[in-house]
Amino acid sequence: MTAVTNESNEKYRGPAGDLADPSATVLSGRSLIKTFGKVIGLDGVDIDLFPGEVLAVIGDNGAGKSTLVKALTGAITPDSGQVFLDGHEVHFKTPQDARSAGIETVYQTLAVAPALDISANMFLGRERRRPGVLGSVFRMMDKKGMREDAGKSMANLGIATVQNMGQAVETLSGGQRQAVAVARAATFATKFVVLDEPTAALGVKETGQVLNLIQQIKAKGLPVILISHNMPNVFEVADRIHIARLGGCAGVITPKSHTPTEAVAIMTGATTLQRG
Amino acid sequence: MTSVSTHAPASAAEQFAMRRQSPVQRLQQLLHSHPSLSPLLVLIVAFVVFTILNPRFAQPSTIGIILQQVAVIAALAIGQTLIILTAGIDLSVGAIAILATLFSANLAVKGGVPGILALILGVLVGVLAGGLNGLLVTRLRLPPFIVTLGTLSIFTAIALLYSGGQQVGRRQMPAALNWAGTPILIGPFRITTGVIVVAVLAIVMAFILSQTSWGRHVYAVGNDLEASRLVGIRVDRVLLSVYTVAGLIYGLTAWVQIGRSGTASPNAIVDANLDSITAVVIGGTSLFGGRGAIIGTILGALIVGVFRIGLSLAGVDDQWRVLATGLLVIIAVSIDQWIRKVKA
Repeated sequence: MTAVTNESNEKYRGPAGDLADPSATVLSGRSLIKTFGKVIGLDGVDIDLFPGEVLAVIGDNGAGKSTLVKALTGAITPDSGQVFLDGHEVHFKTPQDARSAGIETVYQTLAVAPALDISANMFLGRERRRPGVLGSVFRMMDKKGMREDAGKSMANLGIATVQNMGQAVETLSGGQRQAVAVARAATFATKFVVLDEPTAALGVKETGQVLNLIQQIKAKGLPVILISHNMPNVFEVADRIHIARLGGCAGVITPKSHTPTEAVAIMTGATTLQRG
Repeated sequence: MTSVSTHAPASAAEQFAMRRQSPVQRLQQLLHSHPSLSPLLVLIVAFVVFTILNPRFAQPSTIGIILQQVAVIAALAIGQTLIILTAGIDLSVGAIAILATLFSANLAVKGGVPGILALILGVLVGVLAGGLNGLLVTRLRLPPFIVTLGTLSIFTAIALLYSGGQQVGRRQMPAALNWAGTPILIGPFRITTGVIVVAVLAIVMAFILSQTSWGRHVYAVGNDLEASRLVGIRVDRVLLSVYTVAGLIYGLTAWVQIGRSGTASPNAIVDANLDSITAVVIGGTSLFGGRGAIIGTILGALIVGVFRIGLSLAGVDDQWRVLATGLLVIIAVSIDQWIRKVKA
């Protein structure tokens, strides 16, 4: 499978696991350590996200996949280690910092206000004002413009099941709500999008729609980090798969190099990655 | 680009979902998108019924009296609406308004402070009192019910201690403090400048809530606090500002109250807390936060006022008004529960 290029004592990281120079990546984490009291959350993890790829992060419960992604997006601050965005070291203190840098996260809870309409949710926290005196003095929101742009964002991602941007989010199905949250992230992200277990609560058909959205985001040129438990989903959309295990990284594989069964075996520690 | 399967023929379930809806379901959806419709309907029906019972009810003079009677509670209820929209509640509204009236009146009458300055300082007391509620809610993370239950007693006690339990009488009151009681004639309706002040207050707050991003954040925070935090809204700042703005509104209401009664008394508007909450709830604003509007609150306050005068003109004991108000509250909350279950 992969050629053996050096004989260092470092643990083999798998066929897609060679560390890159951070100047060539969108995002790189190096030797990230995070402890919670005596519990080790991250045990010196390295990770790379390349331009235009879908990187899946899989792992058992407590393997450190959420902690890893939180450390990369400012939700927690690592105790030590470095994070590079486009080759420059960054120190995100809050999710807001990461957001300002162009990183959008779709949380498992979706972070939508159900009683507000789709357009209001898309622009929640970054409402646009009307031009001129109405905006500057009277602080009026540009509701019409935001509604139009929300419709465009949804259409760009091929979401046609929702037409009326004035519809309250609570009247939407689970998949449609997910689509709103994903569309929001895709619209405002300039660096990459993080999706945290986007299909966990969805049925088969709606899961298919979300996977389709991930492909659409990739087609726009935005890299995606997909945190998931679901092997079929991961193997369908991911370019590379980072396997988190016991606070570290058990290896990085691709859907071509390994089967889902092998991935689960590596994830649970039943096998370890070997060269060859 | 591929499209998310939309043009596939409708499945049985989708056809079921697109079936014609019953009139009840359509009513539910209508009320869901326009929660102020039900109080509007109640107001219209009440108006018609009371006019039939006693034709004097529909006279401009009666309507003028209703507007004057309703003004103070409606104004307090505007502040209360802001707080309830954030899923909070304010039990200290009346206490803050009384504190502000006594502060202004005593400053002017006993302290010799010019009327305008006394007025401004009184409004400022409202702002500070509201801000204190906001600080306790956001810094100590106490439930608004507990915070305002505590400050209800604290503000009432301060008002009594400061005024010595004495009311400031009509003849001593400076003109600036009494201005809101000036009678004016708008068409056939005899009202006071205080009614105009409250109407302007309602329009300004309705505009801010529906048209500015601050207003939208008030709804978002009340609807889903954690989601608001995650999208980057500074939740504590929104909450603190809501309680402070509510305090400002209570301070202005104190001015309207002095104009209405001509006095500043520690025993005035004792029912203001519950009356303001009643107006908000009858007006269709949800006690669970994130849903409602100023227009509903104004309608709610008007409904209570219309029942009061209407039943009295119909020659019915005032206790029937109290009973009817209680029924309306329960019906309004039931309707809120029902329309929140709406599905597309």
